Order: sequence, then C-alpha cells, then structure tokens
Amino acid sequence: MSRRPFVRPVSRTRWYFKHPRYLRYMSREVTCVFIGAFTLLLLCAVERLSEGQAAYESFLAAIGGPWSALGLSIVLIFVVHNAISWFNVTPKALPVQIGEGFLPGRFIVAAHYAVWILISLAVLFFAGVL
Amino acid sequence: MAKSNKPIVWSLFAAGGTLAALLAPVLVLLFLLAALGHAPGLLSYAQLHAFAAHPLGKLFLLTVIALFLWHAAHRLRVALHDFGLRQDRIVAVIVYLVAATGTALSVLYLTRI
Amino acid sequence: MNERMVQLDVLRYDPQVDDEPHFQHYEVPCKEEWVVLDALNAIKESIDPTLNYRWSCHMAVCGSCGMMINGEPRLSCHAFLRDFEGVIRVEPLANFPIERDLVTVADDFIDKLKRVKPYLIPGETRSIDEGEYIQTPAQLMKYRHFSMCINCMLCYAACPQYALQPLFLGPAAITLAHRYNLDSRDGGRDERQQVIATNEGVWECSFVGACSEVCPKAVDPAGALQQVKVASTLDWFREHLLPGDTK
Repeated sequence: MSRRPFVRPVSRTRWYFKHPRYLRYMSREVTCVFIGAFTLLLLCAVERLSEGQAAYESFLAAIGGPWSALGLSIVLIFVVHNAISWFNVTPKALPVQIGEGFLPGRFIVAAHYAVWILISLAVLFFAGVL
Repeated sequence: MAKSNKPIVWSLFAAGGTLAALLAPVLVLLFLLAALGHAPGLLSYAQLHAFAAHPLGKLFLLTVIALFLWHAAHRLRVALHDFGLRQDRIVAVIVYLVAATGTALSVLYLTRI
Repeated sequence: MNERMVQLDVLRYDPQVDDEPHFQHYEVPCKEEWVVLDALNAIKESIDPTLNYRWSCHMAVCGSCGMMINGEPRLSCHAFLRDFEGVIRVEPLANFPIERDLVTVADDFIDKLKRVKPYLIPGETRSIDEGEYIQTPAQLMKYRHFSMCINCMLCYAACPQYALQPLFLGPAAITLAHRYNLDSRDGGRDERQQVIATNEGVWECSFVGACSEVCPKAVDPAGALQQVKVASTLDWFREHLLPGDTK
C-alpha cells in the first residue's frame, strides 16, 4: 500500500476571508497604518513648531476643514479599536497569580480601562478642553 | 536554530502598543477638535512651544513619536506578511528604517525648539 | 428517544483512486442526543463501511477525533447534532495533509512535540531515599491549566500562521514547553528555550488568538505564547545587556 497524502492548498493573500475571527484579527492589525499615519502628522507638527509661529499656524490651518475632520475621525475609530483590543488581551500576556488562584482577567482589563479613562481626562484637562 | 533577536523590536512594539492604547485616542481627539475649528489651548503656538521647550515636554513628545512609530512599523511588517507579501527581510529593513529615521528627526526637531 | 434524519457532507479521499478529495453526501437516522462522531459511526456501521476516521474515547479526553465541522476545528465527540441545522460539513483537520478520508498525517506535530522536550527534566536529582519532589498547590496552579492539553491539534488547524508557515512550532508544542518551564520541579528551561525562543518558535506567532478560541480543554495556548514572548524578551536583555552573562 502506497501512501499519497493530499496537501490542501492555502491562499497566501485571501486566507483571512475563511473565518470571521481572522477578519477580526486583520482589523486589529491594520490599526497600525492609522497609528503610523497619525504619528507622522505629529512629527510634522513638531517640525513646523520648530520653524516658528508662522510655519506652525499655517500647519494648524492646513489640518482644518471637513476632510481633515473626516480623516481624523476614521483614525480615531482605528486607534480606539487598537486600545480596546489591546486592553482586552492583557490578562493573557500578564496573568496575576494570587496564592492558589488567578486574579480574574476582567479585573486586569477593568484596571486598564480605568487608567485609560483617567489619562484621557488628564490630557483633556491639561490641554484646556475640560 | 539560534535564539531570535526579535525581542529587540518586539519590546518596542509592545511598549508602543501599550502607550498607543492609553494615549493615541485622546491625542487624535485633540487634533480632531482642531480640525473642527475648536483647537484646544495646548495646540496654540504659544502653549505648545512652551510645552516642547521644557525638557519633560521634549521627553514626552519624543517617547510618544518614537514608540508609536516602532509599534506601527513592527505590526506593519507582520501585517504585510499576513496580506501575502513574503519578502519579510526587505519589508523589515524598510519599516524599521522609517521608524529609525522618524525617531532621529523628532530628536532633531525637538532640539531646535 | 427521538430520531431524525441528519444530512452530512463528508470529505472523502482515497489515495489509490482519487487525485483530490471530494464531498460525499450521507443521510443518517440519528438520535437526538448524538454527537457528530455517533453519526459517523452509524454511517460506517450501516451505510458505508469504507469511511475512515480516527476516534477512541468518545469523551473529549483522547484527542483523536478532531475534524473540521462546518469549517470549525472541533472534537467530533464533543459536537452535538442538536446544535446544527441543515447539512453538516465534515472535513479532516485543516493544515494537515490528508492520509485518507478524515484521517490526517500528524507526523509534523508529533515531531515538533518531541523537539520541545515536553517532560520533566529535574533541576536537582534526588535519590529514592530522599523522597518525592515536593510541590505546593500554588506552584501547581502556575502551570496546571497548560497541562490539560490532550494533543488534539485543533489549535494547529485554527492557526493561520501555521497554515502560512508550516515550519512554525505551533501553539500546543510551545504551550507544553511553557508548562514544563513553569514547573517548580523542572530545570530544563534553558534547553527548551533553544528550541522555542527562535524565529520559527514563538516569534512566528502574531497573537491571532484562534488557538485559544477552539481549544476544547480551555488550555489558552495564545496566553502561554504571549507569556513565552515576555519571558524570552527578558532573557534577551539579560543575555545581551548584563555584563558577565555570555550565555
């Protein structure tokens, strides 16, 4: 009897359409594009800031307007997606053992959400929004 | 098979991911407000310049820009592989080079303020 | 007991005849409380004795009857017919070569399992007169959930990185290495790290998390692999940045 195992082909470019959980994973991974783009905007702001008031204020004027707002809203959705997906898996990477049991993961996640909210409020307060 | 050197980039990825999770949403929100014509006080030239002129302000901006960039670069490397681009070595060189250049530029700009 | 007709599309492959696998449709009278494995047994007993598949314990302990059921890696002894509607699609575990029908070639997994040395390598050798290796309940809890693995390979079938890069050591093997690394009686971590802290080891993982979602024993391989990444990163900085340690 001869063996002739059959190897099923795997698509290298479309595998993530095979299951909703893979699409969910890819939606998390593409958040990096938006974080990267926003960081480049931040770098741009610092560059214009270093060139003086006129340069910086023309930068501020350039990022004003509905299209910028739309773009930044999309960026906001993806960076929030990164935050939520990041916090939700923290108990897996950093479990906390107390004696003969583990601290329930939801407490670790909740602590991250609490710190997230506190930091966000602090930044908004410091920035003069609140 | 030798032990991997990926811990170097992974530690930057993980630190940047944590920082981005905590800070990116609120920072994007500040710029969104500016785009909507309600620029927060901090984003005015006088206040932001004073912030960036302070050593702690410089350290904050450098940390945010550098770690966000390294986080995005490493995840982009993985994502491109996931999308089917198999030239991992070339992709890695390019994305990390961009992150390193961005880090160096932010140092340069911040020293000029 | 209620009986009803259940329809199954089962992937068939006969290496001596077929060039590629194809689905075969079966209609089987099934009892209400049956699982997919019972339906397959009914097919083999009274409809088509040529159908091949692996099973043993029928109680989610042996780990032999893993299959793709409606595209999801499941133990067929653990998949109740009453939870499915319409035609149930049954295929061999994804990401493994098909030997025949629902039987896959598991050699790759077995080989990887051996490479991570998934057994105690005592840190200190004790003679029988010196007694047992004592472990406290708290020390046991550190790794207990990782020791529940039954080697069913569902996590490999769910892992897209294993599908894309077959050299990847994979979820279960690295999790078992981690299980022994965490064991207070063990001293073999350095040996195992040589295997798992590599590009084709834990660093091929991108934390999709699918392994933990399909694990029938709640082992959480995804968690184990992230913990291995954290520990291996600390190792790297210790080995490269601290003076004196040139390991």
